[in-house]
Amino acid sequence: MSKTVSSNANQSFVQHNVIEPSRPPSNLVGPVAWAREHLFGGVFNTSATILILLFLAWVVPPFLDFLWFDAVWTGKDREACIFNDAHPDVGACWAFIKDRFSFFNYGTYPIPERWRVDVFFVLLTIAVVWMLKLSLPRRDLGAIFAFVILPVVSYFLLIGSPALGLPIVTTNLWGGLLVTLVVSAVGIVVSLPLGILLALGRRSTMPAAQVFSVAFIEFVRGVPLITVLFMASVMLPLFVPREFEPDKLLRALVGVALFASAYMAEVVRAGLQALPKGQYEGAMALGLSYGQMMRLIILPQALKVTIPNIVSNYIGLFKDTTLVVIVGLFDFLRTIETARIDPIWAAPTVSPTGYVYAAIFYFIFCFAMSSYARTIEQRLSKADKR
Amino acid sequence: MLDPRLSDAPGSQPAKVSPWRDPRWRSYAFQAVLMGVIGFLVYEAFSNATENLKRQKIASGFGFWDTNSGFPISFSIQHYSEATSTYGDAFWVGMVNTLLVAAIGIVLATLLGFAVGVARLSKNVLVAFVARWYVEILRNMPLLLQLLFWYNAVLKALPGMRDSIKLPMNIFLNNRGLTTPRPIPEDGLGWVGIVLLLGLVLTIAVRIWAKRRLEATGQLAPVGWISLFLLVIAPALAFVIAGKPLGFDVPQAGRFNIVGGLVFQPEFLALLFGLVLYTAAYIAEVVRAGIMAVSHGQTEAAYALGLQPNITSKLIVIPQAMRVIIPPLTSQYLNLTKNSSLAVFVGYPDLANVFTGTVLNQTGQAIEVVGITMLVYLSISLTTSFVMNWYNRRVALIER
Repeated sequence: MSKTVSSNANQSFVQHNVIEPSRPPSNLVGPVAWAREHLFGGVFNTSATILILLFLAWVVPPFLDFLWFDAVWTGKDREACIFNDAHPDVGACWAFIKDRFSFFNYGTYPIPERWRVDVFFVLLTIAVVWMLKLSLPRRDLGAIFAFVILPVVSYFLLIGSPALGLPIVTTNLWGGLLVTLVVSAVGIVVSLPLGILLALGRRSTMPAAQVFSVAFIEFVRGVPLITVLFMASVMLPLFVPREFEPDKLLRALVGVALFASAYMAEVVRAGLQALPKGQYEGAMALGLSYGQMMRLIILPQALKVTIPNIVSNYIGLFKDTTLVVIVGLFDFLRTIETARIDPIWAAPTVSPTGYVYAAIFYFIFCFAMSSYARTIEQRLSKADKR
Repeated sequence: MLDPRLSDAPGSQPAKVSPWRDPRWRSYAFQAVLMGVIGFLVYEAFSNATENLKRQKIASGFGFWDTNSGFPISFSIQHYSEATSTYGDAFWVGMVNTLLVAAIGIVLATLLGFAVGVARLSKNVLVAFVARWYVEILRNMPLLLQLLFWYNAVLKALPGMRDSIKLPMNIFLNNRGLTTPRPIPEDGLGWVGIVLLLGLVLTIAVRIWAKRRLEATGQLAPVGWISLFLLVIAPALAFVIAGKPLGFDVPQAGRFNIVGGLVFQPEFLALLFGLVLYTAAYIAEVVRAGIMAVSHGQTEAAYALGLQPNITSKLIVIPQAMRVIIPPLTSQYLNLTKNSSLAVFVGYPDLANVFTGTVLNQTGQAIEVVGITMLVYLSISLTTSFVMNWYNRRVALIER
């Protein structure tokens, strides 16, 4: 190109230098055009924008006032949070949350033994971070830690063992965050292996295994969790010999774990079905046994593609742990329900404050999990696109 | 001559392997063990249950079904009185209440969910933003928390009877619920119903005819206008001709009380609100995924063929999106129905509340009561999934 230009350099009618492209008309680029396209294009669009702005203006300032500007931060009983002439606008009663904070975390776990719960929280955090952060070293050890060591250690830590010098703490004293985390952790740890077994059973060629898996999965998925918990709480004690009567927490754990396994089985099955048949045939052609084929070829691939679904299943499980109230456990939400009707803190904004606190708590946990699932999903799709 | 091992001649014997190495035998053995374990567990459970029931002196069997229940139920459509009704009647009250809240909930959640799902894909960033955070917030909080919030922090915190909030059309809102005018059917309303039913049948017929004609000739019929006429205008005309046969029992605010009208209790409202808002967030995601699943090439090809945007979405995008949307949508409907059992926590007398709550406490017959409740939910779920499987087979892409 440049050569052509230079060879014609002496001809006056030829344009010698390249003309800069002129800027697009100002009504097509820039913030104004963006606003026109995205906010004010057409009557419908404009009215929607205005309505939403009005709505936000109506909702957000009172909400912020409630949460922050009118909130009460200190105080030790209802006096701090009732309406009076000194402060006519009372927002959230955060003093109530502060006062009951340890109740929300430990329930009625004996105060001198609460360090054990703290240790459990720390160990659980280590296990979760080690398993989920893909850049950490030796994640196989992390899996052993999370799925074998942690359950055993936590059992002795939380229940206690006189031999180790830890006094026994019966589970009816447990409560709050502790119960919520124990129920969800047990559900998570048990449901994955059980779900894998059920999914393999459902796809198995052995009629007995298939019928049993299908019946179990369809039955559990067809009924609400509440009825499963009812079954665990009122029917399970009838089905076991008198000597083994399970305590309330164990009943709830059995119910939640079985319920979660059935859902997990369907998620894993979807992953198994997504694998091309060639993977199975290739593994068989290499002479691998069923166990080797599953362990080395099929499950690693099937589980990898289902990680996002597994995590969203876990989110559902975490939210469902609130239903263990029905069997008489004191989970996190129940401790808030109990505390908010306590006469010591009888003030008009205490209930909303309790719910807002619970909402923030559950939202942070669930949103973190779903963001994690989204990251993994993007990572996987990137790997596929390569 | 072929290698004898490769031939399938009748005389050839399969190579002898020990039963340990034979997959067939191993599978038999495994299944025998599995059935043995399950049989043992069932036997143990059964014998323990008989013994435990005998020890606790709990009756078994369904004799309680016809016994007088003796407890009141706060909300029932059909006739129920604690003095004369039986446990069986209580069961039906609970069942109807469950189906009622589920049916209303499904309709409202679908409307809201589709609206939010479409809004999430809107070009208007504010609309998309609000829709997105609606979905994120509602989906990431337990339904139970939302129900308790609506019930305890919103509906129960409303002003009392005397300072009821007065909404237009004589609707009152207070901490005893929502009072609206109660429609009273009068003579002649039956005719309007017949016209409506006729309109419905005709609409379906017209739609089938229009689809056949479209497939045969490619000509579009004004189905929308015809449906509007048959379903709205014709019944409205019939209503006017029959002399407006519908009266209203309008609630009046007295000094201490509100007289008359139809009262929706806060328990019902809280459950409905919670279920609708929560499920709508999931339906929105289903709808969004369905719309996004229709590849852009489909729209572009339709434009290239000269179809107009509204025809494109009606004939090209929506049918393909619905194929993706309907299966997960059904499972959301089932979830809503199952989640309606959370009525236990706000005191709405649904099946789980009446039956596994009060009836179970009074009779103590855990196995029968929980069994019946589970059977009801199970049959709803299984029926729906059979219908869904049939539908899926019908609409599934037939690859050629």
